[in-house]
Amino acid sequence: MLGKLDWSAIPFDQPIPLIAGAVVLVGILAVLIWVVVKGHLPYLWHEWITSVDHKRIGVMYILLASVMLLRGGSDAIMMRIQQAIAYQSQGYLPPEHYNQIFSAHGTIMIFFVAMPFVIGLMNLIVPLQLGVRDVAFPTLNSVGFWLTATGALLVNLSLVIGEFARTGWLAFPPLSELSYSPGVGVDYYAWSLQISGVGTLVAGINLVTTVLKLRTKGMNYLRMPMFCWTTLASNLLIVAAFPILTATLAMLLLDRYLGFHFFTNEAGGNVMMFMNLIWAWGHPEVYILVLPAFGIFSEVVSTFSGKALFGYRSMVLATMAICVIAFMVWLHHFFTMGAGPDVNAIFGIASMIIAVPTGVKIYNWLFTMYGGRIRFATPMLWAIGFMVTFIIGGLTGVLVAVPPADFMLHNSMFLVAHFHNVIIGGVLFGAFAGFEFWFPKAFGFRLDERWGKLAFWFTFTGFYVTFVPLYVAGMLGMTRRLQHYDVAEWRPWMIVAAVGMAVLSIGVICQIMQIVVSIRNREALRDRTGDPWDGRSLEWATSSPPPVFNFAFHPDVRGEDAYWDMKLSAQQQSLDHTAPEYYDIEMPKNSPTGFVCAFFATIMGFALIWHIWWMVILGGIGAFATFVVFAWRDHDEYVIPAAEVAAIDRVNIEERRNLVSMAGTI
Amino acid sequence: MTMTATAGHAHADPHHIGLVVEHPGPAPKRTVTAYGFWVFLLSDIVMFSCFFAAYAVLVSQTADGPKGSEIFEQRNVAIETVCLLLSSFTCGMASIAADVRNRFWFYLGMAVTCLLGVVFLVIEFREFADLVARGYGPSRSAFLTAFFSLVGCHGLHVSAGVLWLLTMMAQVFAKGFRADVLRRMMCFALFWHALDIIWVGVFSVVYLLGSGV
Repeated sequence: MLGKLDWSAIPFDQPIPLIAGAVVLVGILAVLIWVVVKGHLPYLWHEWITSVDHKRIGVMYILLASVMLLRGGSDAIMMRIQQAIAYQSQGYLPPEHYNQIFSAHGTIMIFFVAMPFVIGLMNLIVPLQLGVRDVAFPTLNSVGFWLTATGALLVNLSLVIGEFARTGWLAFPPLSELSYSPGVGVDYYAWSLQISGVGTLVAGINLVTTVLKLRTKGMNYLRMPMFCWTTLASNLLIVAAFPILTATLAMLLLDRYLGFHFFTNEAGGNVMMFMNLIWAWGHPEVYILVLPAFGIFSEVVSTFSGKALFGYRSMVLATMAICVIAFMVWLHHFFTMGAGPDVNAIFGIASMIIAVPTGVKIYNWLFTMYGGRIRFATPMLWAIGFMVTFIIGGLTGVLVAVPPADFMLHNSMFLVAHFHNVIIGGVLFGAFAGFEFWFPKAFGFRLDERWGKLAFWFTFTGFYVTFVPLYVAGMLGMTRRLQHYDVAEWRPWMIVAAVGMAVLSIGVICQIMQIVVSIRNREALRDRTGDPWDGRSLEWATSSPPPVFNFAFHPDVRGEDAYWDMKLSAQQQSLDHTAPEYYDIEMPKNSPTGFVCAFFATIMGFALIWHIWWMVILGGIGAFATFVVFAWRDHDEYVIPAAEVAAIDRVNIEERRNLVSMAGTI
Repeated sequence: MTMTATAGHAHADPHHIGLVVEHPGPAPKRTVTAYGFWVFLLSDIVMFSCFFAAYAVLVSQTADGPKGSEIFEQRNVAIETVCLLLSSFTCGMASIAADVRNRFWFYLGMAVTCLLGVVFLVIEFREFADLVARGYGPSRSAFLTAFFSLVGCHGLHVSAGVLWLLTMMAQVFAKGFRADVLRRMMCFALFWHALDIIWVGVFSVVYLLGSGV
């Protein structure tokens, strides 16, 4: 009746996951009770859960990423403490638990922190920057988000029901095959990624179509803000790479569920094929994450230097070059697997070549700052911190791109330090910069600068104290994923890294404090004009938070830095002293399709993991029925009358007029 | 699509021709939907390419089991191919009928398409069942694993297509040729033709090349 599921799935003998699970459960229950008792449930349902507004969905993506960041961060703290004390001892985490933690940490940080964070920011900002009212497929957008949430839910469920994979974040076979991982851990891993992968693919298709087909009048390709370009490149990579992940995991699942022989040791299966396939997705994935961050830094550096982005066209070219070359370097993840010197040399050279367009970008940012009037606001601090950190991470990357050096450093702590250096220094700093930069746009008030700067300095310092020791340990021969070790020289570095982790944690606490303090002081921090940073692109041309329709009129773009030009010439139609003629606006209706679909996907995923076949069928039928019901509805749009549009728009114009009259004179 | 030419600005006119093609604004819904679905189809084809690659890697790994030439029945494959190619034609007829709002020819085109799809699926299912009964199931060897997965993945797509086809007929029956129904019909037609293209690949790579060795 319940497949493989019984009471032994609950880890009663392991206090850590049980207590963690209980705390989370109590937390969720408390929030739910609070929501219901306070009567917020209808608001939550109508305004958020069923919302197809790209801004709301973007915010929910970022919220999901932030919550999962705390989960993944807890895993990181546990690992650092374990390695600090597990010298000639077992530490406090038994091997089977430690292995689950490092697997969950990697999986969560990439798929459920970095991905939703950047997709959330793209969702929130790109339609605004393009000057349009929504993304190409609003309801599908909601489906994509909720499927991502389903994946995150399943990963967290593994904490208390069953176990998570012990195979590392990419589940290499043959270890991940049924003969070596008979439990449900790998199934949790694979199904949660399959489901959230569909969500990511949907988001990718949506954003590619949005950028290519939905741009306001005059928004030629070479007038798009840099963030739109990097969004385009990143989502093209999603569309081209995520199907590879889906296919690869499907093959692994077929091996595990139906006795196929894709990657087994027996009957002619080929393990190396898994490495090639997974990294043919995995390397582009790195750029899927970091390209949007590059876009954010471009916007931030240009805004806070008070200058147009230096070398806009070379930046576009560099972005698209990275987009293409990203697919030509995957083999550098397994130089040591014996493909031979010729193949290794080609991929080594390709990997070094991809550093060139990245270098172009760094110089462009530096030259944008050169001669600019730089304001050291929090987003700009993150951007500068990124440039320093990312150069170090990039250089160590070029180092391991040299095959002979890689033979020494492969799977060492040096590698761990390298990819944390680029992912934290690149993606996470980028996400934080974007968060600080666009928070006022999303919520209508700025974030507290003092706590923001504290958060930056603690995170920045903590990062170096944590990861520089890992470089050293790697050079001393320490391999990754060690549950305990007997080498005395590594010990001090592990202790320093644990101290660094504590500093990093203070950074996270500061960030939470920043949000709390800002919410409390929101009236003082209110952004009435919609343009708190003296911005340059169209998202600042509407109020904060923007009305549901974003713009009363599609803005008419005449050049790069569209809003900057408008401010200088004050020619924008809605800023004219003659009252514009407003008209009705049609907007897509809210729809519970995404939520209901994810509900059935959760049931189906859970049932597949535990081999509860009747429940799988039930979930499948439910998901199909949801789509048919969605397809059957007669009215998918509603009309906002011109009078209402006018009332909303006039308030903002009044606030903005003062600002515009001062533009360029500051 | 209309393009308007206006006098130039520096950056939109890199070669100083004096003419700038201004972007006309957001595309109409039909274009957006079709474009998005094209992007989806491309991603689907990337997924198929993984199964093609896996097949190419594993095709010689027969683990002392049968080779392709020992199990492929060319007569069946020929019938399957004819069915699918014909169904692409009838699907095209149904699309034209939908465009001119002709219910009778639409239902007829879709029904024949459905029938041909089902015949294809039955033949494929019987081929699979027969192989499994002879002990040549997907777990027999890596070659058979790759064969069943690639051909089966296409078969699953056709099954989903048939389900979608029936939904489309029901939608036209219930809602008529409404704009959103027509957009979906266009996507369905694209999907069905794409499956045909993939079958041409499967037919060539698996059955034609496989029969030789």
